[in-house]
Formats: sequence, structure tokens, C-alpha cells
Amino acid sequence: MSAIYIFLSFVMVFLSFSICGMLAMWMDRKVTARLQFRVGPPWYQNFADFIKLTGKETLIPEKANTFMFIAAPVLGLIATTIAGTIILLILKNQVSFSTDAILILYLLTIPSLSIILGGSASGNVLAAVGISREMKLLLGYELPFICTLVISAIKSGTTTSLGSIIQFQQQNGMILGSFSGVIGFIIGVLSLQGKLGLVPFDLAEAEGELAGGSLIEYSGILLGLFKLTKAILLIAGPLLLISLYLGGFSISSITGVITGILKYILILVLFILIKNTNPRLRIDQTLKLFWGWLTLLGFAGILLAIAGW
Amino acid sequence: MNLKTKALKKSLWVYHMSGGSCNNCDIEILDCLTPKFDIERFGMVLVGSPRHADVLLCTGIVNKKCVERVKEVYKQTAKPCVVVAIGSCACSGGMFRDGYQMGGPLDTIIPVDVYIPGCPPKPEAMIAGIVKFLEKLK
Repeated sequence: MSAIYIFLSFVMVFLSFSICGMLAMWMDRKVTARLQFRVGPPWYQNFADFIKLTGKETLIPEKANTFMFIAAPVLGLIATTIAGTIILLILKNQVSFSTDAILILYLLTIPSLSIILGGSASGNVLAAVGISREMKLLLGYELPFICTLVISAIKSGTTTSLGSIIQFQQQNGMILGSFSGVIGFIIGVLSLQGKLGLVPFDLAEAEGELAGGSLIEYSGILLGLFKLTKAILLIAGPLLLISLYLGGFSISSITGVITGILKYILILVLFILIKNTNPRLRIDQTLKLFWGWLTLLGFAGILLAIAGW
Repeated sequence: MNLKTKALKKSLWVYHMSGGSCNNCDIEILDCLTPKFDIERFGMVLVGSPRHADVLLCTGIVNKKCVERVKEVYKQTAKPCVVVAIGSCACSGGMFRDGYQMGGPLDTIIPVDVYIPGCPPKPEAMIAGIVKFLEKLK
């Protein structure tokens, strides 16, 4: 693979993931509205939001560290897109290097880190409360999320290469079919929910008491970049989970793409259901859930996977 | 009309600012945001920070203590933004116009684009006012 090929696929992933991600965010808003007996926004709502944000003034607060304030959203966007590119190239070519799942795990923490960096650079008190929550949330969901990866890696013959995990599942069926696979999948969905900042775990951006939390000082295109990062993450995160537990899909044939979309919609529906049936957790409840129950469940899953269940 | 103005018309994010009102208009604004009226179908969402806002909904007579704060919030809002005066007090001062605590009305402090009178205005009146403004927006 030449450098130009990789760069072109980077651009392709950036465009397609942001468009699909915004449509997924629209689906989320629409289903939420229907559940509350409302009509909900039209399909182009998130595109209108983004275009509007590009046309707005970008204010940089006096107290802010200007370089960090501007660099943070760009950093998050680039890291998320690189993670998406790696996942998509693995799905397309079925080849990968030996530890790419760990690399993707690291890249997917950078959006949260960029929110922390940007919030702390803005010099706002409410943003400081927001980033302290975001930091605790990050520490909270990382451990169960690693358990998710470990379960899948052990089940597919102790490999941390995403390509081999997908190939294993194509020969032996989805990992979700096994007992430890179900446990790993549940933990993965909940951790991703925390990573995406969806409702039970949206305490970093609490509109009610923190007035937007860590993003409080962001306006204009910089706020738009954060929204775009979230849209791309809404595609890249579930794709990782599909590759780890639902057997991946091939993007070269039409039936492969359709099964991929169906698998994606399954995970999105799970996100929306959890989001709409749960109130927001306090930070201590969140940590108790992630470090207590989910980590214990994750360790149990790892033991089951070693036992071959 | 260019694309950005079109997008602005389709996605107004609302920030609610009280300049010393009796809370009646504030309650009506919250009514307007309930599922019954469902203004999210026009793309309007309540946001928590003036930095994210496109519309400032301002209620109350703006008393002397609030004048500086209202100016500050207007400065913090990312332009272009729309200022909406909600209720008789914000529009003209209403029955408090001769009061000792009167610092406003709102349009003597910051430029106001839309006036929605009423004590308090109904949610329908607010939606009608915003729609009339959007029709004129170029």
C-alpha cells in the first residue's frame, strides 16, 4: 500500500464517516423524538447545524491558551479519522499487523483527551468541573473496554490483530454466539456509550448544571469540529465492536455492505434504547458501575473465555 | 440567500436569559420547549452556554443590577445572533416603566430584533414571532 493510497482512503473515510455519522445522529434524535410523542427534526438537521456553525464567529476567551484551544478539536478529529481508516482498511483488505487492535484502542481515547485538553485550555471554571468528570469517566470506561478486547482476543486464539480476529470469526462463527462473547459485547456497548457521551454517561457535558461543561467556551467552527468528531466516533466505535464480536463484514460486495449496515443499526438501536430508558448517573455511580460491576463481569468473561465457553 | 443563512434559519439554538422578570415569561418559554409544541422539528434546541447560542431569549424589565450582565452575555454570544424580547416588560417596561429599579427596556441596552409582547406571551405567540422574523431574514 502506497502513501497516496492511504492518504486517499483517509480523506474518503473522513467524508463518508462524517456524513454517515451525522445521519446516525439524526436517527438518534428522530427516534428519541418519536419515543416522546414528538415529530422530531428533519433528516438534514445535523448538516444544517454544522454548516451554521462554520458561518458563526469563533470567539477565543481572554484567559485561554490560544494554541491549545484551537489545536485540541483538530487533534481529536484527526485521531478519530485515523482509527476509522485503520478499521476500514482492515475490513476491506483482510490484512493487518499484529497489534492493531491495541493501536485502535489508544487512538479512540484521544477524542476524550482532546475534550480534556480543550476544556482545560479555555480557562473556565465550569469547564474545569466538566473536564474533571470527563477524566474520571475516561479512567472508568477504559478498564472494562480493555476487558472487551481481551475476551475477543482470547476467544480467537490469543491474537490482538483485528484482521485475524475477523478471519477467525468467518471460519468459526461470531464470538457473540458464545457465553463469554455475550458478556464482552454488553460491556463493550456500555463502555462505548460512555466514550460517546450518550445519556446515562453525559455528565461531562451536563447541559443542566454545567451549561455545556467542557465545551462551554467553544463557539463557531471549533464547536463544529467537536460535533464532527462525535459523528465519526459514532461510526468508528460500533465498527470496532462489529469487528470484535459480530464477525465484521466485507465492503467489496453488496450483500456484505448490507449485512454491515444491519449489524451497525443493531448496535445503534441498543445505544438509543439505553439512552432513552436511563437517567443520567452521578459521577460516583458511574465509577461504581464501571470499576465495580462491569470490571468484575469483564474478569468473569475473561475466565470463561480461557475455559473455552 | 446563501447557504449559511439558510442553515442558520434551519438550526436556531436558543439561550434563555432572564433580566429580572417575574418568572411568568420564563415558565412560558419552558412550556414552549415541551414535547407538545416540539420546536426541535424546526431545529431549535435549548443550549446552556451563550457561546453556542444563535438566539437570546430575554425576559424581564432588565433591572439596574442586570444591565451589565445582559451586556456581558450579549458580548459573549457568537455573532450573528438574534435577540428576542419576550413579554411586555422586555419590550417596553410595562407597568414597571417608572419604577426606581428600571434599567431597561431591553432595546436601550442591546439591539433587539424581535418583540413578542404579552403578559406573558403564549408559546404559540413566541413561535409565530420567530416564524415572522425568519420569513424576513435575508
